Amino acid sequence: MAVETATDKTMTMREAVGAYVRDGDTVSLEGFTHLIPTAAGHEIIRQGRRGLTVVRMTADIVVDQMLAAGCVSRLVSSFVGNSSAGSLGELRRRVERADPEPLAFEEYSHYGMICRYIAGAQRLPFYPLRSYGGSDLPGVNPAMRKVTSPYPGPDGESEQIYVVPPVNPDVTIVHAQRADRSGNTQVWGLTGVQAEAVYAARKAVVVVEEIVEDEVVRSDPNRTLIPAHAVDAVVVCPRGAHPSFAQGYYDRDNAFYRAWAGISKDKERLTAWLAEWVHGTRDHAEYVAKLGEEFWDGLAVGEAMSLPVNYGRRL
Amino acid sequence: MTTGTSENTGSAAAVTSSELLSVVASRELAGRRTVFAGIGLPTLAASLAHLTVAPGLEIVYESGVCGAHPSHLPETIADAVLITGAEAVIPMPTLFGSVLQGGHIDVGFLGAAQIDKWGNLNSSVIGDWHHPKARLPGSGGANEVMANSREVFVVMRRHDPRSFTEELDFCTSPGPDRALADGIRPLGAGVTRVITELGILAREGVGEELKLTALHPGVTAEDVKAGTGWDLQVADDLSVIEPPGDAELALLRDDVDPERVYLR
Repeated sequence: MAVETATDKTMTMREAVGAYVRDGDTVSLEGFTHLIPTAAGHEIIRQGRRGLTVVRMTADIVVDQMLAAGCVSRLVSSFVGNSSAGSLGELRRRVERADPEPLAFEEYSHYGMICRYIAGAQRLPFYPLRSYGGSDLPGVNPAMRKVTSPYPGPDGESEQIYVVPPVNPDVTIVHAQRADRSGNTQVWGLTGVQAEAVYAARKAVVVVEEIVEDEVVRSDPNRTLIPAHAVDAVVVCPRGAHPSFAQGYYDRDNAFYRAWAGISKDKERLTAWLAEWVHGTRDHAEYVAKLGEEFWDGLAVGEAMSLPVNYGRRL
Repeated sequence: MTTGTSENTGSAAAVTSSELLSVVASRELAGRRTVFAGIGLPTLAASLAHLTVAPGLEIVYESGVCGAHPSHLPETIADAVLITGAEAVIPMPTLFGSVLQGGHIDVGFLGAAQIDKWGNLNSSVIGDWHHPKARLPGSGGANEVMANSREVFVVMRRHDPRSFTEELDFCTSPGPDRALADGIRPLGAGVTRVITELGILAREGVGEELKLTALHPGVTAEDVKAGTGWDLQVADDLSVIEPPGDAELALLRDDVDPERVYLR
């Protein structure tokens, strides 16, 4: 067989955000509670991006931080809360009081967001779903449209259904456990909507806990959620999903989720937090070091190895 | 508030609100096969039901976990302990598209800031959506859970006229009556049970209002009507809810939530 030379797409977070996130872009950050690309959000803040449209199903702490840093003018989301640990202070100030400026908000439900990513990934004009009938959501979000199915329903009568439009972000950024240098990205545990979000985007950046050799990926190809052809940049950034977790690497920092309600409620505290932890660190490695080894020991996880499967080989 | 009866002595200290709601909700899951549950009281109720009235019950989490066998009570719907040792972890398009919309969920658990007499729910805003007094988290998957589960149970920590309201500030997750009025065929019955510290409201499906069907001991129908913002109908065969028993409380405290993650 011919020797193939895969493209090495690895770069630093600074380089990736510098190259792929521009002022005014539509940026999708995905990861459903698991593998939230926090470090990428922080680098967007450090580089001072403005006027972004952020697309994220669960707009949580990292979105609140990007809002507070003045990066975001429009939000597309289906859940705007700090998990079950309280409110997002900055988001509420922006939405409730336009303080310090208004935030355009396109409100969806989870499956509505998923369908937008699917339509975006598949370059479809819309995607139907059995949601929204009788809801007030279409009244505040005119992108939700009701159409008549071209086919009769189960009872032979004509059938109406809501549809949502595709979303095609300028860039999607996701976090994952590991990838090879060309971007074959392996994820285990909760896989969320990351694959669809990547395929919907014009450019995709994958941030990983570690780079592994090609043989590691190829020993278990079913674990590759995102093939290299969909990936433009690979960034190695250990612990880059904190305060969320990476299955098998480190646990969720539940204490920080609970603390965020208090930090974000007070604009001065929030500004000081950003100054210390984001603007005050050169990159995520510094943020990790600043937290200290003792802190990380508290989030350490034990081993629970999967048993290997036999892919077989021709004899 | 409610305490155990005479048979509940010794270890069964005063029953907390969370324990009461969890136990009552768990009993309502008798005979159900699949439940879509969020974290908090629904997890407690479903876990207790699994140990009591519904041994075959499968809990499906919004994060994509099916058949979880957690080593510790999960703190979030995506807690790592739910994934390790689970029977299946599926992508969100499969979960919402094929499992939920495909009609595989018997009971969906939802909470809300406001509920009306038809079981329509608001989890988006208090006040006007464009200039809200309070911005709430929004739908998450609630709109889909309502539209696609065979029936929906709601656990409400507060039973007052601001939460049980004649008119919602905003309808995030409509029941089947509102869906029909919008020309959309509903797949499920909508809210069939509302469990509160005062009692249980119930309805069976399309065209039916929530009706008071059961009271906790010491609560009167008048108490519940006073806590409800619409003219609440009372069932002819109004029953009294059996207080949480020693066995239920022991399972809840010792097996389901020994670290008191949610019980307080």
